[in-house]
Amino acid sequence: MSPTPLLGRTAAALAEAVAAGVLPAGDVVRASLDRARAVGAGPEWLNAVLWTDADAALEEAARLDAAPGADLPRPLAGVPVVVKDNIATHRLPTTCGSRMLEGYVSPYEATAVARLRAAGAVLVGKGNMDEFAMGSSTEHSAYGATRNPIDPARVPGGSSGGSAAAVAAGVVPIALGSETGGSVRQPAAFCGVVGIKPTYGRVSRHGLVAYASSLDQIGVLAATVDDAALALEVIAGRDPLDATSADHPVPRLRPVDAPDGDAARPLAALSVGVPREYFPPSLEPRMRARLDRAVDHLRELGATVRDVSLPHTALAVPTYYVLAPAEASSNLARFDGVRYGRRIAGDGVQATYERTRSQGFGPEVTRRILLGTYVLSAGYHEAYYRKAQEVRALIALDFANVFADVDVLFTPTTPTLAFPLGAVSDPYEMYLSDVFTATANLAGVPAMSVPVGRVDGLPVGGQLIAPYFGEPVMLRVAAALERALGEEAHR
Amino acid sequence: MSAPAAPASRAWADRYEMVVGLEVHVQLATATKLFCNCPTTFAAPPNANTCPVCLALPGTLPTLNAHAVELAVRAALALGCTVHPLSVFARKNYFYPDLPKGYQISQFDRPLATGGQVAIGESPEGAPLVAAVTRVHLEEDAGRSIHDRFDDATAVDLNRAGVPLIEIVGEPDLRSSAEAGAYLRVVRQVVQYVGASAANMEEGSLRVDANVSTRRRGDTGLGTKVEIKNMNSFSAVERALEVEFARQCALREARRPIAQQTMLWDATSETVRPARSKEDSHDYRYFADPDLPPLVLTSEWIEARRAALPELPAARRARLREQFALGGRETEVLTGDPRLADYFESVARVHGDARAAANWVLRDVLAAMNDAGLSLAEFELRVRPADLAALLDLVRDGSLSHTAGARVFAAMVRTGEPPSRIVEREGLRQVTDDAQLGAWVDAVLAAHADEVRRFAAGERKLQGFLVGQVMKRSGGTADPRRVTALLLERVDGR
Repeated sequence: MSPTPLLGRTAAALAEAVAAGVLPAGDVVRASLDRARAVGAGPEWLNAVLWTDADAALEEAARLDAAPGADLPRPLAGVPVVVKDNIATHRLPTTCGSRMLEGYVSPYEATAVARLRAAGAVLVGKGNMDEFAMGSSTEHSAYGATRNPIDPARVPGGSSGGSAAAVAAGVVPIALGSETGGSVRQPAAFCGVVGIKPTYGRVSRHGLVAYASSLDQIGVLAATVDDAALALEVIAGRDPLDATSADHPVPRLRPVDAPDGDAARPLAALSVGVPREYFPPSLEPRMRARLDRAVDHLRELGATVRDVSLPHTALAVPTYYVLAPAEASSNLARFDGVRYGRRIAGDGVQATYERTRSQGFGPEVTRRILLGTYVLSAGYHEAYYRKAQEVRALIALDFANVFADVDVLFTPTTPTLAFPLGAVSDPYEMYLSDVFTATANLAGVPAMSVPVGRVDGLPVGGQLIAPYFGEPVMLRVAAALERALGEEAHR
Repeated sequence: MSAPAAPASRAWADRYEMVVGLEVHVQLATATKLFCNCPTTFAAPPNANTCPVCLALPGTLPTLNAHAVELAVRAALALGCTVHPLSVFARKNYFYPDLPKGYQISQFDRPLATGGQVAIGESPEGAPLVAAVTRVHLEEDAGRSIHDRFDDATAVDLNRAGVPLIEIVGEPDLRSSAEAGAYLRVVRQVVQYVGASAANMEEGSLRVDANVSTRRRGDTGLGTKVEIKNMNSFSAVERALEVEFARQCALREARRPIAQQTMLWDATSETVRPARSKEDSHDYRYFADPDLPPLVLTSEWIEARRAALPELPAARRARLREQFALGGRETEVLTGDPRLADYFESVARVHGDARAAANWVLRDVLAAMNDAGLSLAEFELRVRPADLAALLDLVRDGSLSHTAGARVFAAMVRTGEPPSRIVEREGLRQVTDDAQLGAWVDAVLAAHADEVRRFAAGERKLQGFLVGQVMKRSGGTADPRRVTALLLERVDGR
C-alpha cells in the first residue's frame, strides 16, 4: 500500500488548494501533526522525527493563511515537510543525529530550506538519521534507531531513514534527505517511497552539514514521482553561497509525462540500459522478478531496453570508503568543542579536544574519521587517496561511455530488502548496502529510486540513473513506470 | 648578549656562508575576507568581524572573493611570476583553537603563481643581485589566540580568521642579513605599488618567516634548515638572521649537529629559542578542497591585469632619474613609498622646478612628517601638492625668502591652510616700522648708487627694481607701499 495521503491529496494538490484559498494551510499542518501522533512518528515509536515544534508550525501555517500572497507563486503552499537533521533550520535543532550537536540551533537556514519556505512549505520536524549521515540503517543515531513504518521490526535504511519513514508513514508528502553514497535512494527503496539524488551541484549544499563534500547532495523523498519532481524544482538552482552549485538552468521537471507522442508508448523514443553488473547472481530471485517485471513495463511503454556494462561498478564501494572518510576526517574537524556544540573539558586544549571528540562522536563516526585520517596521511596518501581518485574517474568514465548509447539506466536500488533492526553488525557488510548507489555519487550523475513492488510485504526499489543534469528524462521514465505499475508498485 | 654576536659572526663569515630563504605573508587589501563577506578592518572589537562562515558553523561553505584573486594576481605579476590558468585550493589540516574549521584553506601542489624574481641590488663588483621567488599562493589567515587576557583560559579572536593572504615563498638565494633586508624592502615596495597590500608589519599585514642554513664557503649543497618566526620588523629579521647564523656557526665549530626545527625570535633578549609546538612533525594531510572548484583564469584576464599594472619601483626610479635629473639616493627615497613619489611628481609638475621640488619633499616634507608624527596620507590632507607648489612659486619669484618660506611651510603643516592665506593673514608680519624700513631703504640706496642716480634723474622704471631690492633684503616681509613712500621721500626729498 502506498502511503495514505494527507487529506487524500498529493503535495501538489494540497498546495493548489491552499494557494487557491479553498483549503487553510492550518488544516493541512494540523492533519500532518495528527498523523504524526497517530502513527507515533516521534521517539515514542517510529522515532522518525527527532525535533518538532507544533506551535511554530501552526503559527507559520496561520501566517500563510493570513497572507495568501496571490501574486507570489507558492507551489508548496501549506505543504508540511520534514527536513533531515543535518540540514540547517531556524527554530528546530540541527544535531546531525549526534550528541556532539545536542541542542544546537543554527542561526542561519540552508538554502534548500529557505527555498521550501519561500514556496510556502511548512517545516514540521527534523528527520532522524545515522550520525553525521554515516550509515545505511538509521541505527547509528545518537537518539536511537528509526523503525520502518512498513515493518517496525526492520530498519528504514539510511542515513535519511527518518525522512523516508516520515513520508512512508504519511506524516508528510515530501521530505528532504541528503546523499553521500545512497542515503536518500536506499531508505526510499526500503520504505517504498520515491527518492531522488540530483546531479551534483543541482541543489545548493549551503546549510547541509558536510560529510563528504565532493559527494554530498541534498535530495528529496516523496510519496509520488510528481511530488518529488515538484520539490526538486523548488530547491534546485544556482546558489552564490555554494561555489559548487551548478550554474545550470533548472528546467520544468513536472508534469513529467512525455509532452507529445503516443500516450500508450510514452517512452518510445528512449533507450534504457540495464547494466549487468547490477544484477549479480546473488540478487534475491523474488526481488529480481519484481525488477524484471519493471523492465517489462519499460519495454511495453515503448523504451528500447539494452543490456549494457559498467565495468568498474565493483570498485565503487572500496573507492567510496576511501574518499568519503578522507573528506569526513577534515569536514568533522570543526567539531572541537571550542565554539559550539558539546565541550567536554579536559586539562588543556589537547585533552579537551580528545575528550570532546571521543565522547561526542559515536563509534561509526569515529571509525570513519580514523579511516579518513589514515588514507590522507603521509606515506598512504598516494596508495589510497590518490588511487581512489583515479578509480573515481574510471567510474565516471563508465557512465560517460554508457550514456553515449542509452538515455537512462535501470537497476536495483539495493542488493537486499530492508533488514531487521540489529541484524547487520559488521561494518563492512553494512557498507555493501551502498553497492548499487555509491556509483552515482562518485560520478556525480542524478539517480532516483522508485517503488517497483514488494517481496514478503517489503518494498523493492528500482533505480534510474541519468546523465549529468538529466533529471527531466529520468523523471519522465520514473513517472511513466509509476503509472504503468499502479498499485502493483506497493503490492 | 647581542654585542658579541656581530664580531663573532664576522669572523665566522670567512669560513661559513649564510643561506636564507624567506616566506613572506602579505595581507591583501580587500574590504572583505577571502571566503565570506566579513570586513577585514584592523583593531575591531574581538570577534566582531565574524559570521557563520568564518566561525565554521555546521553547513557553511566558502565562496571566493574575486577582489582577493585580482590583488594576488597583481602582486604575483609584479614579482615577475608566471600566473597559472588553473590553480587549486587545498586544505591544510591541523587542530588549533584559532583555526575554526580545523583546516586552513591554502594552495598546495597547484599554486596561483610560480617562478618570479626580486632584484635586491648589486654585488660589490656591480653585477645585479637577484633572488628567485619560488611561488605565490593564496590562503586564508587564522584567528588569534590570546594567552594573557584571562588568568585561567586562552581567549580566541576570530576577526583575522579568513582574512586573505598571499604567501610569497623565496628560494634560498639570500646570503646575508643585508640581502634579506633588501629583499624584504623590495617585496614590500612591490606589493604596495600594485595596491595589493598595506604591507605594514606593525599591523601584521606583512609577516616574515626565515629559513636559515649555513654551509662552508665554497660548498654548494644546502645545510639543515632552521625556521625562525616571530620577527616583528625588518631590522628584527636582520638581527635574528645574524643571531641564528652565529648560533649555527658555533654549533659547526663545536662539531655539533644542527637540528631541523622552528625557532622563535625574542626581540627583548635578542635570542632565538626553540618553538614549543612540534611544528615539524605535523602531517597536514593536504588534499584539494572539494568545496571550491579549481581557480581558472583565462590568459586574456591575466594579460589585462599585467597591462594594468602601475609602473613598478625599479622602472619608476629609472624614469625619475631621467625625467627630473635626480640622484640615485633621491629616487631610492622617493620610490620607497609610491605615494611619496606621487607627491613629489605632483609638486614638480605644478611648480616646474623639479630640483626645488625634490629638495623640499626630501628635506622639509619628510622632516615635517617625522616631527609631527604624520603619515604621508595625513600630511597630504594638510599640505596638498598644489599648495606646496604654490609656496615654491612664492619663494622662486622672490616674494618669500627661504626663511620666510620655511616659516609659511611650518604654518601650512600646522594649520592646513594654503600659503597665500598664511602670508596674507600673518602678513608674514610685514614690517611697517619706519625705522626698520628706513634702514633697509638706506642700505639699498647705498648699495645701488648708480641706479639711485638714474632714478633721481628721471628713469622712473627703476622704482620697481629698487623696491624689489628692499623687499629682498627684508626677506619679503617689508610692506611694499611704505617702502615706496620711504624711497621716494629719500630720493626726491618729498
